[in-house]
Amino acid sequence: MSVQTKPKVVAKDVNVYYGDKHALKNVSVNIPERAVTAFIGPSGCGKSTFLRCFNRMNDTVDGARVVGSIQIDDQDIYDPDLDPVQLRARVGMVFQKPNPFPKSIFENVAYGPRIHGLAHAKPDMEEIVVSSLRKAGLFEEVKDRLHESGTGLSGGQQQRLCIARAIAVSPEVILMDEPCSALDPIATARIEELIAELRENFTIVIVTHSMQQAARVSQRTAFFHLGILVEEGTTDDIFTNPQEKRTQDYITGRFG
Amino acid sequence: MSNYLLIGGLLILMGVAYQYGARRSRAVSKASAKHLHSLPSHYGAMVALACGIPAFGFLILWSFLQPIFVAWVVKSGAPPDIAALSGPDLNQLIGRVTSIASGYGVSDTASAFEREAAGRLSNFLNIVSLAKIVVAACLAVGGLVFALRRITPQLRARNEVEGVIRIVLILCSTVAILTTVGIVMSMFGETIRFFSFVNPIDFFFGLNWNPRFSSTGGGSGDFGLIPLLAGTIMITVIAMLVAVPVGLMIAIYLAEYAHPTVRTIAKPVIELLAGIPTIVFGFFALTAVGPFLSDFGALFGLQIRATSALTAGVVMGMMIIPFISSLSDDIITQVPGAMRDGSLALGSTRSETIKKVILPAALPGIVGAFLLAVSRAIGETMIVVMAAGNSPVLHANPFEAVATVTVSIVNQLTGDLDFASPQSLVGFALGLTLFVITLGLNVVALYIVRKYREQYE
Repeated sequence: MSVQTKPKVVAKDVNVYYGDKHALKNVSVNIPERAVTAFIGPSGCGKSTFLRCFNRMNDTVDGARVVGSIQIDDQDIYDPDLDPVQLRARVGMVFQKPNPFPKSIFENVAYGPRIHGLAHAKPDMEEIVVSSLRKAGLFEEVKDRLHESGTGLSGGQQQRLCIARAIAVSPEVILMDEPCSALDPIATARIEELIAELRENFTIVIVTHSMQQAARVSQRTAFFHLGILVEEGTTDDIFTNPQEKRTQDYITGRFG
Repeated sequence: MSNYLLIGGLLILMGVAYQYGARRSRAVSKASAKHLHSLPSHYGAMVALACGIPAFGFLILWSFLQPIFVAWVVKSGAPPDIAALSGPDLNQLIGRVTSIASGYGVSDTASAFEREAAGRLSNFLNIVSLAKIVVAACLAVGGLVFALRRITPQLRARNEVEGVIRIVLILCSTVAILTTVGIVMSMFGETIRFFSFVNPIDFFFGLNWNPRFSSTGGGSGDFGLIPLLAGTIMITVIAMLVAVPVGLMIAIYLAEYAHPTVRTIAKPVIELLAGIPTIVFGFFALTAVGPFLSDFGALFGLQIRATSALTAGVVMGMMIIPFISSLSDDIITQVPGAMRDGSLALGSTRSETIKKVILPAALPGIVGAFLLAVSRAIGETMIVVMAAGNSPVLHANPFEAVATVTVSIVNQLTGDLDFASPQSLVGFALGLTLFVITLGLNVVALYIVRKYREQYE
């Protein structure tokens, strides 16, 4: 599997503190463009914390402090001049539990474009909504009920709605925080197919508990343990030929 | 006094019964070499309850029956004119006889019959109080012995005690419900009587409120509800115009912006406002807000009375602020954090998130809080009595004095009362009207709040 030469995101010596707790220690990693990078590791290992550094969602947590540098396209996102609100338009996020707003399906997808002023007229907005829903593989299922509540959909549909909502603002990077952990196997398979399609256009970082999922969807994998990045490499290498014993133990199910 | 001794004695007996029960259960268990179903303390409690419940039940029952027997004793052997007495006159006679019999006497000279009846009554009461002690003691001891005999290792004393506790809890909740029912019934009866004087249509749709004093006799005046209702609504609307924006913004600040330490201090301080007695608010309205509004209006050439709908409404609004802010704050914090994260992650600012996601999601709950506050405002009395000027005339000028339903109840039901006149009885009709309005609002509000809660579960 060939991967783009220049990385999209470069994280260097990232440390995260929650109050007195040192949650993430000296993590450096490169995220390639238009590929899926998976973060794996046991619960509480810091993988979600790290993911939330990329769109500065840790800023919203009281007492959280991030030290180090993360560059997206050579621009430091922790630069004081950078507006985190603008950054989040470039780096979308999909959460563990589907969290559609209690609005119609249309309004859910239109939410982002509306606050960023991406559509100037009504037809533009409709086009954005329809194409986002199409890219998220949801349009055919909901085209007759775009104006019904988004919370009435099934769990898997809700999660795809959230993906549509995220891609409606045309981000460059999409962060996914265990997007399938609340879904059944069929809905999970559907989301995994979708991730493979989205890879053509977006840089995707996914946190997952399931090693099978990491092996299925990602090209690169990073293994975290106790706030430390233990090992990182192509997914094939990590799963077939891990360099570290802890990685091997985790992958073979000896702990976690 | 003998009653207190009796109750004290019964309680001691229950304590003894407990000890006996516990001891007996241990003995039974040892003798039969079987494991007890329940702990010895359960058997003790069961025996104590078996001892106390019948005796106390008897005493309670007797306290209801005694007046009937007293009336019967007083009337027995009475001349026909006295035997024919009923209602208040009979009660008066019984009261006089009872106080003679107890040795307090009456202020004027008692008649021969009253003295004779008092003698009979005091004999009867002597016998009865003895009999009462004997019966209660028998019931207590009987219950104790019966329960002691039932004790076997298989007896499920634990479950029986549990059953008694359940019944006690049910009885307590019944008291609260019966109180509400009783209040409504008492208002209902008087309201029906009021409507025998005044046509309901004249009451509910009448545009004039002018209940003359009953002492002037003759025509009964005008009992139109509309001016009072208009005053109530005007003050409520003003109060809501003050309380809703301020309360809501406090809630948003506390829930979304305030640092946790600020929140833990500010929230109780704001809620303190709800603990201030309304009479103090009324005082504040009268001495501070009223004159201020009056002077302030004068700056713009507006005539604002110091005691007006505006004064009462503004102060009532201040009183209601903590209701709105506290309830709304709870509701806003209940909106799942995932909504907030979802919106922030799409690149919206905090205030956009609040305006477009949080508030719409919390809206039903906020409407419920709003309705609860409205029903609170409608029923509020003291502030309005002191600050609204009491002028039951239909007009639409908030700078003038008004009267509300609650104020009129106060006016009609204080001082010399004659409960046979519509002037007093109208107070009950007004009270019932108010009750129905606030009940309706509360039901709607609770329905909305509940519906909202289900949305996120």
